Amino acid sequence: MNWLSQIISVTWFGISTIPQRKGSAAAAAIGIAGVVAVFVGVLSIAQGFRRAVTSSGRDDIAVVMREGANNEMSSGVSREEARLIKDAPGVTRENGVPVASAELFVIIDVPKRSTGTDANVPFRGVEPGASAVRGDVKIVEGRMFERGRNEVIAGVSAAREFAGLEVGNTLKFGKTEWQVVGLFSAGGGMGESELWTDTTVLQAAYQRGDSFQSVYARLETPGKFQEFKDSLTSNPQLKVKVVRQTEFYSEQASLTTDFITSIGTVIALMMALGALLGAINTMYNAVGSRSREIATLRALGFGAAPVVCSVLMESLVLALAGGVIGALGAYLAFNGYSAATMNFQTFSQIAFAFAVTPQLLLNAIILSAMIGLFGGLFPAIRAARLPIATALREP
Amino acid sequence: MKFLYLVWCNLKRKKLRTTLTLLSIVVAFVLFALLAALKLALVGGVELADANRLLVMHRVSFLQLLPQSYLARMAKIPGVAAVSHQTWFGGIYQDSKNPLATFPVDPELYLAMTPEISLPEDQKQAWLKTRTGAIIGRSLADRYKWKIGDRVPLKSPIWQNNSVGAWEFDIVGIYDGTKKNADTTGFLFRYDYFDEARLGGTGQVGWYQVRVDDPKRATQVAAAIDEEFANSPAETKAQTEGAMFQGFASQLGNIAKIVTSILAAVFFTILLVAGNTMAQSVRERTQELGVLKAIGFSNELVLGVVLGESLVITVLGGLIGLSLGWLMVTGIGQVGAIKQYLPIFFIPTRDLFIGAGLTVVLGFVTGILPAIQAMRLQLAEALRREG
Repeated sequence: MNWLSQIISVTWFGISTIPQRKGSAAAAAIGIAGVVAVFVGVLSIAQGFRRAVTSSGRDDIAVVMREGANNEMSSGVSREEARLIKDAPGVTRENGVPVASAELFVIIDVPKRSTGTDANVPFRGVEPGASAVRGDVKIVEGRMFERGRNEVIAGVSAAREFAGLEVGNTLKFGKTEWQVVGLFSAGGGMGESELWTDTTVLQAAYQRGDSFQSVYARLETPGKFQEFKDSLTSNPQLKVKVVRQTEFYSEQASLTTDFITSIGTVIALMMALGALLGAINTMYNAVGSRSREIATLRALGFGAAPVVCSVLMESLVLALAGGVIGALGAYLAFNGYSAATMNFQTFSQIAFAFAVTPQLLLNAIILSAMIGLFGGLFPAIRAARLPIATALREP
Repeated sequence: MKFLYLVWCNLKRKKLRTTLTLLSIVVAFVLFALLAALKLALVGGVELADANRLLVMHRVSFLQLLPQSYLARMAKIPGVAAVSHQTWFGGIYQDSKNPLATFPVDPELYLAMTPEISLPEDQKQAWLKTRTGAIIGRSLADRYKWKIGDRVPLKSPIWQNNSVGAWEFDIVGIYDGTKKNADTTGFLFRYDYFDEARLGGTGQVGWYQVRVDDPKRATQVAAAIDEEFANSPAETKAQTEGAMFQGFASQLGNIAKIVTSILAAVFFTILLVAGNTMAQSVRERTQELGVLKAIGFSNELVLGVVLGESLVITVLGGLIGLSLGWLMVTGIGQVGAIKQYLPIFFIPTRDLFIGAGLTVVLGFVTGILPAIQAMRLQLAEALRREG
């Protein structure tokens, strides 16, 4: 018998005996499934959050804020500055009018549906160009707000997470009443967590005079960005920071995603360590209970390598079974689960859905395979080193 | 006690197995400790909230400013013992990635309102004398190696001052927390200096803190404050600090639920692994347990011996895990980056007790089935069985 077929037959023999040790095998596999499910579950929060924040970012949209501002909330742009920005080279024009929108960003308290407690919801004042700049804004229910009136449209995610954002409803913030006239989608992106109204109305309601906080401009091509940026930063009348929308969004998401990802990884690694210890125990027991069998095989002339392989494979099979169960379970339980959390960069709410990505599932399977291999290693070595004569004599 | 020795000897027999089980329990309890600290860090304000204090913000959102003239009107409301105010400054030192917890305050009102910080009397006097003076928390001072007498330039993306360039502050004091684990990352400077130098927003503050005479009447006082400013251009929302922090935490999502689910998954996993090992070791010793019974051990005693084994493992492992977790949390809490985002990071005493209780529960749950199995062994059959 050659070496390879030895390995195959001994491995198959080992795996086929798993059902005899149902209890301990299942305990090990389910233990690993638990680890994998937590790993996938926690990281899917980070993935979903990142997706919600970054997915709608475009390379040909530039966001202009005051120099030194990290986000729109701490920025300020006057009407005169906004005009200069819109007229800069590189901005798309339709019928001679620049496709750009000077916007105002405030935060209002709206109760969360799930808890009934107030949450900070972003409220954005936009100019008529806003939809054209973004390109993916669609009214899915009701109609667009009319200029100059206290009317708002709500993003679909915001309407789902927060109470009272149904079309036809009236909201009262401070002394002003606002009529919800429509719901909009924005390609699954961050805009869907926001409420929108006319900038001039919002300026008046919030005593912002004639100032804005940011200007969104649609560029002719993504390549025009540098030209646009240079012309603004070299203009002595302006002190602004110019970023692409993609960069702006990923910067916005980084704090929260990094936070969740690092915590999720630490938890998963610790749990993996626990599961690894369990797997080692299970495999030692498996080797222990099969020591007479193994010794018999060795006595018949099977080499050490097939025995090592068989133990490793057995452990790998158990771990992978656990990994697949855990990953599938997490996928079914968490994928698409909708939630809203605070974006630390702007202190405002972002609605998102947990995203179990293929990459995440792959990582989960890799994690379980690692647990299986490392868990089987030492027991496998012990199996190979069993003193044949004593083991044969064991009960 | 002699039975404890028996338990100990049984555990020692398969040293490797015992060690592995013990370690997996250690891991579970280290995680327990870390998650307890994390939960506190995220929802933590709630535990540190002062029941005597209210926060009064603009009704529409915390970003809207309130007139400074409200101070005097609030102080007159029955039940109000003291009032102070703060404003979000958003100060940045050098790099915009390093935002500091910077607030302009009225020194005397602030110190009276905030007993959780302590500032030496001479430094307090220096602060009252220096218009550009600022006091900073101990951990902030350590982080940037700032000391009294240093002049610190800060930029604020929100507030521009009337002279060109950055805001300049002179450090005149370094405060400590009066309670263990208090947040000492703050940078506090004088409101009068701020108000005079800022462009725009003059005479307006971010929010008020109100101390009430009697915490039991806090809600009524809050309602009275809101009523006082109802139908004015800037309506208020007054709430207790606890309610405010609770609301803030719930904005993050249901942290408590997520943490509890993770812990449940951890303990379920550990329970399976440890329970399985215990069952295995009872099975292997069937014959021996038969001998114990034959020499006169009662059923209850056999149950106790087996249960004792699992209790020793989980309690020992759990206590080691909790101590390790405690050391790790203390270590992590000292890291500058963590301190900046999670200023409150420690394991609440209550959770340490819960953890200690859980070690016993876990030992009981994992051990009880094998123990009952051992107790029910038929003497004759057990003796006859091999291995």
